[in-house]
Amino acid sequence: MKVPISWLKDFVEIELPVDELAHRLTMAGLEVDEIRFVGLPLPGSGGDGKPGQPVTKISGIEWDPEKIVTAAVLEVKPHPNADRLVLCELDDGAQTHIVLTGAPNLYPYKGLGKLEKPLKVAYAREGARIYDGHQPGQALTTLKRAKIRGVESYSMICSEKELGISESHEGVIILDDEAPVGVALVDYMGDAVLDISLTPNLARDANILGVAREVAAITGKPLRHPDYDFRAEGAALDDMVSIVIEEPELNPRFAVGLIREIEISASPYWVQRRLHLAGMRPINNIVDATNYVMLEIGQPLHAFDYDLLVKRAGGKAPTIITRRARQGEELTTLDGVKRRLDDFTVLVCDTLGPVAMAGVMGGLETEVTENTRSVLLEGASWNFINTRRTVNAQKLPSEAAYRFSRGVHPAMATRGVGRGLEMMRRWSGGVVYRGLVDNYPLPPVDSVVEIGPPEVRRWLGIDLSAVEIAEILERLEFKTVVQGERVLAATPDHRLDIGTGVIGVADLMEEIARIYGYERIPETRMADELPHQLGNPEFEREERVRDLLVNLGLQEVVTYRMTSPERESRLLPDPSQAETDAYVRIANPIANDRNVLRRSLLSSLLEVVERNARLGERLALFEIGPVFHALPGSDLPEEEARLALALCGRRQPPAWQASEAAAMDFYDLKGILEGLFSALGIEGVRFEPPGAAEGVSSSSFHPGKCARLRLGERELGWMGELHPLVRAHYELPDAPLLAADLSLAALLECIPAHIQVEPLAAYPPVLEDLALVLDEAIPAERVEQVIRAAGGRMLKGLRLFDVYRGGQTGEGKKSLAYSLTYQSSEKTLTDEEVLKIRQRIIRELEKELGAKLRA
Amino acid sequence: MLAQLDQIEQKALDELQAAADEEALQQWKVTHLGRSSPLMRAFDGLGGLPKEERPQIGRRANEVKRRLEEALEERSGALRQAAVLRSLSAERLDVTLPGRPVARGRLHPTTLTMRQITAVFAEMGFQVYRSREVELDVYNFQLLNFPPHHPAREMQDSFYIDTGSERGDNPVLMRTHTSPGQVRSMRFIASLYPGDPPPVRLVLPGMSFRYEQVTSRSEMQFNQIEGIAVGRHITMGDLKGTLSDFARRFFGQNVRSRFRASHFPFTEPSAEMDIECFVCGGAGCPVCKRTGWLEILGCGMVHPTVLANGGYDPEVYTGFAFGLGPERIAMLRHRIDDIRNFYANDLRFLEQF
Repeated sequence: MKVPISWLKDFVEIELPVDELAHRLTMAGLEVDEIRFVGLPLPGSGGDGKPGQPVTKISGIEWDPEKIVTAAVLEVKPHPNADRLVLCELDDGAQTHIVLTGAPNLYPYKGLGKLEKPLKVAYAREGARIYDGHQPGQALTTLKRAKIRGVESYSMICSEKELGISESHEGVIILDDEAPVGVALVDYMGDAVLDISLTPNLARDANILGVAREVAAITGKPLRHPDYDFRAEGAALDDMVSIVIEEPELNPRFAVGLIREIEISASPYWVQRRLHLAGMRPINNIVDATNYVMLEIGQPLHAFDYDLLVKRAGGKAPTIITRRARQGEELTTLDGVKRRLDDFTVLVCDTLGPVAMAGVMGGLETEVTENTRSVLLEGASWNFINTRRTVNAQKLPSEAAYRFSRGVHPAMATRGVGRGLEMMRRWSGGVVYRGLVDNYPLPPVDSVVEIGPPEVRRWLGIDLSAVEIAEILERLEFKTVVQGERVLAATPDHRLDIGTGVIGVADLMEEIARIYGYERIPETRMADELPHQLGNPEFEREERVRDLLVNLGLQEVVTYRMTSPERESRLLPDPSQAETDAYVRIANPIANDRNVLRRSLLSSLLEVVERNARLGERLALFEIGPVFHALPGSDLPEEEARLALALCGRRQPPAWQASEAAAMDFYDLKGILEGLFSALGIEGVRFEPPGAAEGVSSSSFHPGKCARLRLGERELGWMGELHPLVRAHYELPDAPLLAADLSLAALLECIPAHIQVEPLAAYPPVLEDLALVLDEAIPAERVEQVIRAAGGRMLKGLRLFDVYRGGQTGEGKKSLAYSLTYQSSEKTLTDEEVLKIRQRIIRELEKELGAKLRA
Repeated sequence: MLAQLDQIEQKALDELQAAADEEALQQWKVTHLGRSSPLMRAFDGLGGLPKEERPQIGRRANEVKRRLEEALEERSGALRQAAVLRSLSAERLDVTLPGRPVARGRLHPTTLTMRQITAVFAEMGFQVYRSREVELDVYNFQLLNFPPHHPAREMQDSFYIDTGSERGDNPVLMRTHTSPGQVRSMRFIASLYPGDPPPVRLVLPGMSFRYEQVTSRSEMQFNQIEGIAVGRHITMGDLKGTLSDFARRFFGQNVRSRFRASHFPFTEPSAEMDIECFVCGGAGCPVCKRTGWLEILGCGMVHPTVLANGGYDPEVYTGFAFGLGPERIAMLRHRIDDIRNFYANDLRFLEQF
């Protein structure tokens, strides 16, 4: 919302510097994104008591009062050497100049001799700083003396672009006839435009009057209302038009007025300038009047060519009908587009059919053209939801729809029509019919809220008396009655956002806080009782897992939840086997490769490995996050927390000294997982080779180099080296890729509440080594089980320290070497006792596994 | 005889000064304290001395022996020390060579930032509550006072889930903020003590989603930390105090904050909190877009409709809520100029934390 200060001053006195005003508005919730200066002096050196303190983005141009002035063109003469240039004899109040210009809008005056009515213009003298009209954008330039086609030039008649008013450089500004001559232009029409971004609740402020009301409330100045009366010199309107409203819920009010004998022309310059500054393009005096009133008081208006309506009615007085669009109905809007209408779209029709999409855009057939002589001016109110849906469905945002889709109070309708008719009368010379035709079947109930000091104390923590509360609300035009310590506040008839009961109290609380000033509310610490300290054990455990993985040398990553089945199918040796039905699908994906919610965390993680393949010689990554499974019979999918790890590349980072350059393998990943489980106090996790129960999740792994992780009956997930066929789907570094895909929820459930500490041994341990030769096929886990079972409770420690193949072990055999620790918590073990245990272990190994002691 | 001993002592001490290494010391020891050294021979000769001279000469011989042994010990220590000192200069490292690198793990920067934020609130009694990422429109919007077609929804374009059926005004969507957790958490806590809902003080961290083109300034997925405090005596002054305390803890004890009126459907009054720009100290710079202030979070008093939807009677209870963006805060703190860095997971970025 662009608000020229000069327009604001029509309704409220402003003493504050512009940037201070912007600051105050911003604090009160009308955020000023930018101040664009169009003539008024730029802030900077201070003078507002806060030198150099910035407030918001500042842009624009200031007009030097000595060098840029109003002037009168007395005569327009041809240029001796150029058809496209003219020489203007100009009076700048001090002297006469010959000014060279190529402005096409002066050509019609060429060669007419002394003008009967001199043209008022904006004149820049030598040395003036203005924008270069020939450069794109806004490039400042200083006017210098030059010779153009043999004629000396040192000054300029300015276009809007050169003065920063608009982008228009088609011709020079021709001011209204009333303009004085020789006055500093900044004093005549210097301005600054506040660009305010309005939150949705501030619909009432989407107009100059609304902002002026806020300024008045903030600064304590009175608000001057515009005049809604119009001079009517024509006949009574009554029989000229009738109105039928089919659904008052959709159209609570519809009012029209009529003006005839208008002459379509350009609006006065001051109107055009205001429209430009407010961000709208001037069209003609009739269209401009509708836009001007909309910008000024927030009531959108629509102008119909009345004679065309009469023609459509067969020469009779037209009947206006408002209703829902019917199935398949169409309307060509004034942008020339034929539109198919939805059943939520509200239409303005006559007996022949639709003539406008209510509140959004008029129809082409009945629009105002150069030939229009009579205008039927509509001011209505429309259901904001239907307007919003229509705007979205038709992708047709407009200034009118912006306001209607946020809600315009029906009381504004007749005010808008009245003011619009008066503007049209003044600017087009027409005659206005007496009265309006006003159909108002559904006036809103303006709420009355009861409030008092206790509520203000309870919500805001400040003490205000009933009188002070009433005074604040009156500044926003609430009508208040103070009864003792209670205030009854009636909502003014320009806003629809105040509720009733406790909601109304909250609504008023916001207004009281805004106008009182958020900055004046003291900062306090909560005096309320402390809540129950429930903690969040699941979250705390998850955070612990993160910390441990970081301690184990892994980098955390966080990836997108959205992916595509194609991306995830790369995880399968044969992507065509992917199940695509089980996905949770996005109805409106932002990209084709982000059209479902992920089912695999590992897939996301491998994409990160791929992305960084060329960067790191050692990649060690993990992610914790949800995957999503559609649940039959449920509205919402299951969100399963998972943990994925990926390792690839050197075991240790490269260094100038020798470091372990070998690539990480299965046992690096297993070691990290064992480290994690141990740190979490989880004991007994089994790494099982894939058996008959191979699930989908395992097919991504090399069948000989992967393991299923289980704790008791609980499935934790899979880990291992990536399947070579899966690997081929990714661009990975030239080293084994180790990955784990685990259920975080299952893992967290395994964490014991406490770690049990064993007492430190008081008696010395006996250490010895045991080297075995046994069949290759026997897993190490099995050997360990047998040793532990045979060793009993005196066997305190067991550690594999060597695996050896070849040499004397023989074909199909391997040698495992263990270091054993015997220890009793009750006494020092004797050699005989140790020997007995040792022999038992060797016997059992031989019996169970056919293992022999290595020679 | 005494003179002879004096001579022996003097000679030995003189020669000891000339012994410059361990080998020379051993040689000296053999020469002057060994079996056939003049001193030992002097001891051997004690028996042949007249009886009355024996004690005096014997004492003196022992004294010389002790002094020679002490001198040897001293000289030996000095030589060892000198050797160590000599070796030190030879054993000089180039301390400017790089250290042996350790494979270090790191948390993702948003995890780090979220922890720092939740840690400050935890000390003020706010505990973590998490809720789901795929939500019902009812929880994401309607119970938070965004009715269907509310204009404020336009600021939160949603990703919708294709459920295969027409769901009218309650579609399934990716939550656009962590605020649905407000109603879910209030209902949960209220359910613990039916009829007498206890006070609430929670932070709700988590991923949120908006239908937005990914650019350097906007992401389709980002984290939020929502906070909510509900009780019988909570005021807007408490909101200001709590959040200003947070800002001072998080950004520095001298940081000034300010509250501007704003609008969120689920709070009223609503505010934006700005802190004085920590880059320029409030003088205006590109980071704060020349305003001197940085927008840090949105907040407000919990709307009566939301309190009621959470099971708290708005005539009895009040509360405040706030929401902040960890990525945005991390961007401000670390001068990250492109939000896409967070989920691109380029190690060159991640390894800077």
